[in-house]
Amino acid sequence: MMTTRASIPHALPRRSFPQFLRFSTERCPTMKTIALLPRIAAALALAWFALAAPAARAEISITLNSPSFAPLPIAVADFGGDPEVAAGITELITNNLRRIGYFAPIDPATFPDRAPNFDAVPDFAAWQAINAQGLVTGRAVREAGGRIRVEFRLWDVFAGQQLTGQQYYTDPVNWRRIGHIVSDAVLTRVTGLKGMFDTRVVFVDETGTKENRRKRLAVMDQDGANLRYLTRGEELVVSPRFSPVSQEVAFMSQRLNQATRVQLLNIETGQREVVGSFPEMTSSPQFAPDGQRVVLSLQQGGNANIYAIALRARTTTRVTSTNAIDTSPSFSPDGSRIVFESDRGGGPQIYVMNADGSNQQRISFGEGRYSQPVWSPRGDFIAFTRSRAGQFAIGIMKPDGSGERILTEGYHNESPTWAPNGQFLMFFSDPGGEGGGRLYMADVTGRVRVQVPTPSYASDPAWSPLVSDLR
Amino acid sequence: MFGLQVSAGFKAAAILAATLALGACASKTDQAGAGGGAAGLYGAGASTPGSAQDFVVNVGDRVFFETDSTTLTATAVSTLDKQSAWLQRFPHYTFLIEGHADERGTREYNYALGARRAQTVYDYLVSRGIPSNRIRVVSYGKERPVAVCNDISCWSQNRRAVTVLDRPAGS
Repeated sequence: MMTTRASIPHALPRRSFPQFLRFSTERCPTMKTIALLPRIAAALALAWFALAAPAARAEISITLNSPSFAPLPIAVADFGGDPEVAAGITELITNNLRRIGYFAPIDPATFPDRAPNFDAVPDFAAWQAINAQGLVTGRAVREAGGRIRVEFRLWDVFAGQQLTGQQYYTDPVNWRRIGHIVSDAVLTRVTGLKGMFDTRVVFVDETGTKENRRKRLAVMDQDGANLRYLTRGEELVVSPRFSPVSQEVAFMSQRLNQATRVQLLNIETGQREVVGSFPEMTSSPQFAPDGQRVVLSLQQGGNANIYAIALRARTTTRVTSTNAIDTSPSFSPDGSRIVFESDRGGGPQIYVMNADGSNQQRISFGEGRYSQPVWSPRGDFIAFTRSRAGQFAIGIMKPDGSGERILTEGYHNESPTWAPNGQFLMFFSDPGGEGGGRLYMADVTGRVRVQVPTPSYASDPAWSPLVSDLR
Repeated sequence: MFGLQVSAGFKAAAILAATLALGACASKTDQAGAGGGAAGLYGAGASTPGSAQDFVVNVGDRVFFETDSTTLTATAVSTLDKQSAWLQRFPHYTFLIEGHADERGTREYNYALGARRAQTVYDYLVSRGIPSNRIRVVSYGKERPVAVCNDISCWSQNRRAVTVLDRPAGS
């Protein structure tokens, strides 16, 4: 996608300068070279906002771990400009912010001004009267040549100042992506979290009866838009994982009466290849943080062991060696360690080891079976699936096994995958019976649990990194 | 807040689905499903000794396992003894052992568990004198249940290893 971005300077130069520098040195979301526009409109913006702001009070923020947490009331004003694109962007940002539970978008019917002038300082008193803590204003303007220019500002209504502002140029067909990038900018500025909206999800689309399921890999934006099928359903496909660096997915493919094979699929080009050259079944792939290696579980008779495959060099390294099932490996974000699942002690439990297989230590000691450990991209937690007393839960624990916390529990919850900010997880939940699973999103505080829209039954989500981080 | 609303709706849906599933289960449990439906495929009657249907009906093509277990039960051993006797009597058959797990486990572990179950049956049949070059194994994990409901009556049918005869050469 051709997108360029530039920051809009803040109303208060003293505050805005470091932000301005930070944003303007960021690389363009999709182009390999930095493509900043020379016309950053700095002088204009400074002229517009040469008004003195009231004495700043504490900035708006959300204390996510506080017991007194409440979603932040925020007003997302109608974006001005191109009617086709602007209304969609306004709605998309509003829905994104509401869906994650950290923001409480205010009903636009109560707004003091449905179309605030983007080039003017808002009437803060009027927005304070509806208790808007934050205010997002913006516009999407169609330019000569067909591109659209999308701009937004985030205002701290009670402090009376601009917190951030950015400007993007793109083809109009990419307007949703710009909406997600703006949503991420708002999230990051208010919470300090890394973004999560400008992401995609690969998952398994399920149709047909459970006894004769048709499973297809599909990819969509994290909000369910832009759905596209990646396989045709002729083979069984499960357990996709998104590359941390590229538009590639590793997954398990199985043809009738054949062993499962871990494969790589480039979701842009459709190019596919088998990972490794093993005669036996391979399962449960996961990428190393550099995207250059895949770890997987290789079946050897009744046992399964973890192997690492260097994708370019095509070399294979054995990592574990047990008379048990070792599976579900997942790297720590620095690549130095691997968390995995093993039933070497009886039932499935979670173990951590160095990436070379040394120093294997069990870390899960709670009651029940612990499976599918996934290391958070932030490094602070390991997500897992726990089954106990007929219930399947999604939980998190620290990498040393302490601080276990169950986020959701029910008949069947499975396959946690992390958002790139390490604050949210996606998984699937199946009530059992002839129906099927659906995708859900939860946060590490356990406060949020919302369904992610899919066209039919869905399982095995794999959350992408920020699209702007993919090459 | 909204999280609670979602949960409440979800619970209602779960109860509805469970009710439907109980009805569905009874009508489907006698169905062989994927990998089990050898009977009738080869056009031979149950009374034809040495037919695939003979194997399914008179010998038993599958053995069942306890939860998370790959140990052969006494019933399973008895079935496998009958299988090995039949397979020795009709040595032209090659066959596939499918290992399956029930849905009360996680996807990747269940694939390995299914493989281990298939391997257990393989090892037993080889120990009873069946040449290993007649046997292939595959795991379907929990992907091919034969019975679907929310209780043990279904799960216990799904924790299985099925011996599926290849179509005899030339037929």
